[in-house]
Amino acid sequence: MIRALGYRALQAVLVAVLVGVLTFLMMQALPGDMAFRIAAGRYGYDAVNVAAAEAVRQELGLDRPAIAAFGVWVMDLLRLDFGTSVISGASVIDEIRHQLGASLQLAGAALALSLLIGPPVGVLAGLRAGGWLDRGLLVVSTALRSVPQFLMGLILIVLVSIHLGWLPAAGYGKPAHFILPALTLALGLGAVSARIARDAMAGVAASPFYAFGRWKGLSEGQLFRRHGLRNIGVALVTFLGLQFAMLVEGVVVIESIFGWPGIGHALVHAIFGRDVPMVQGTALLLGLGFVVLNALVDLAAHWIDPRGGVQA
Amino acid sequence: MSATTTDIPVVAKTGWTRTQWAGAAILVAIIGFAVLAPLLFPADPLRQSLRNILGGADAVSPLGYDHLGRSLTARLAAALRLSLLIAAAAVAASAVLGVAVGVLAAWRGGWIDRAAALVADSFLALPGLLMVLIVSAIVPNTPTAFWIGLTLVLWIEYFRLTRATVSRLVAAPGVQASRLLGFGPVYVFRRHLWPELAPMLLTVAAFGAATAIMMIAALGFVSVGMRPPTPELGLMMIEMLPYYREAPMALLTPVLATFLTLLGLNLIAGGRRA
Repeated sequence: MIRALGYRALQAVLVAVLVGVLTFLMMQALPGDMAFRIAAGRYGYDAVNVAAAEAVRQELGLDRPAIAAFGVWVMDLLRLDFGTSVISGASVIDEIRHQLGASLQLAGAALALSLLIGPPVGVLAGLRAGGWLDRGLLVVSTALRSVPQFLMGLILIVLVSIHLGWLPAAGYGKPAHFILPALTLALGLGAVSARIARDAMAGVAASPFYAFGRWKGLSEGQLFRRHGLRNIGVALVTFLGLQFAMLVEGVVVIESIFGWPGIGHALVHAIFGRDVPMVQGTALLLGLGFVVLNALVDLAAHWIDPRGGVQA
Repeated sequence: MSATTTDIPVVAKTGWTRTQWAGAAILVAIIGFAVLAPLLFPADPLRQSLRNILGGADAVSPLGYDHLGRSLTARLAAALRLSLLIAAAAVAASAVLGVAVGVLAAWRGGWIDRAAALVADSFLALPGLLMVLIVSAIVPNTPTAFWIGLTLVLWIEYFRLTRATVSRLVAAPGVQASRLLGFGPVYVFRRHLWPELAPMLLTVAAFGAATAIMMIAALGFVSVGMRPPTPELGLMMIEMLPYYREAPMALLTPVLATFLTLLGLNLIAGGRRA
């Protein structure tokens, strides 16, 4: 277990280096004169002149050679100093903290909804592998997988909020605003987690110890609680860690569509405006978040199934 | 968004299932449309004709016209060719990269193996869409950026699969016998490793292509992918969205084309389970 956690720590360092290199390349590849571009982002394209660009150049130290810039870049990263957004001028940490709350709310709602939909259906299908529910689930989940999340969002907006007029299409602040974006994300996640739960459950249900439990007179409910739940738990928890990546990607797209003021929305804007410090901070947060989450998943899987030895 | 490949069956069976044939048929139909449409209905996908704004189907363009009077037949075919081409290029490049690094890591073992695994896990930690977005900000040409970004995302799955399979095979008696008889690495790869890997790689490739097409469309849809006026599936959807009351079919055709392409790929990838 200690070795597994050490590996995660090493992975975290490498993720930080990767993000550093990528965002530095991004900084170097900015087309045209960087000072002019940043000035345009700040003051608007009409208000840019040589003086404004020169002021930006002096303020951000853009006239240094590339190697020196990379040194400063890495040192800042090591001190966990993410700098300030070149467009809004606010500190990146503050900006991200501000947006992360909104994103976490959405991601949490989506995850909870997907756990309500996916695993129960999957378990029921897996208990009767080959039954009508199992075959139906296969068809539905294959179809759902073939609908990209942005398309699902589009379909829901057109159907529910434009044609039926039940829910607002976009916005933030009221509980009603949660339903459509969370449902969009949850349908995609639920389709996959249902398949995972189904495969795990079918495997457990076909095992000799399950048959033995039934033979010695346990009811279906007892059997599932005592012999089923823990065994499919490892598969589901491990999947939850991987799901984070899907959730982040979903959040980037879904927030842009539904106008949700979260980290994904901000990321798209930062890329669009070439706001490199913001991109760097966001990428680092998402990458390290993934590593931390998977370290927690390692621990949880170890706790559920202490036999271990499968990974690490 | 990314098609997770957690359910790749371990035991590869020979021969295709009916589901896979159905998927292949859908895919062939889509590719057929993308390739044949310019021959049957020749039109410039960028040419506007203001007389045909949101026009319905006619003999020249069976799919009608968009809000600038451009032929939707030509645009859909061009968009499909673009997406399929980028997806195919990314899948091919990532397969070569992933398999090569995977075989090297599993064969050599030791610190090379550990370092490769660490690098792959670190790439895995960055969400794929983020990687593609950042690369698209570095590389000026958008299709090339998509190709590089998607390759950097997709190679991990090939690497993990190849490494797991090869490290099992290298220790097997067959490979050891071949090496004792003096056969070189190329022979061992062709004779022992490739036949085991190939069917599994097909699944990864189909999922990877689906992921690639989804990402290209998603980024186009939120206006950070291809630039207008390039015909691209996601861009076409967002362009036609304001007009869907007047011309619902114009919005529906790129939506259906995307769905069918992904469905075909998912059926090929997922149909392997017995």
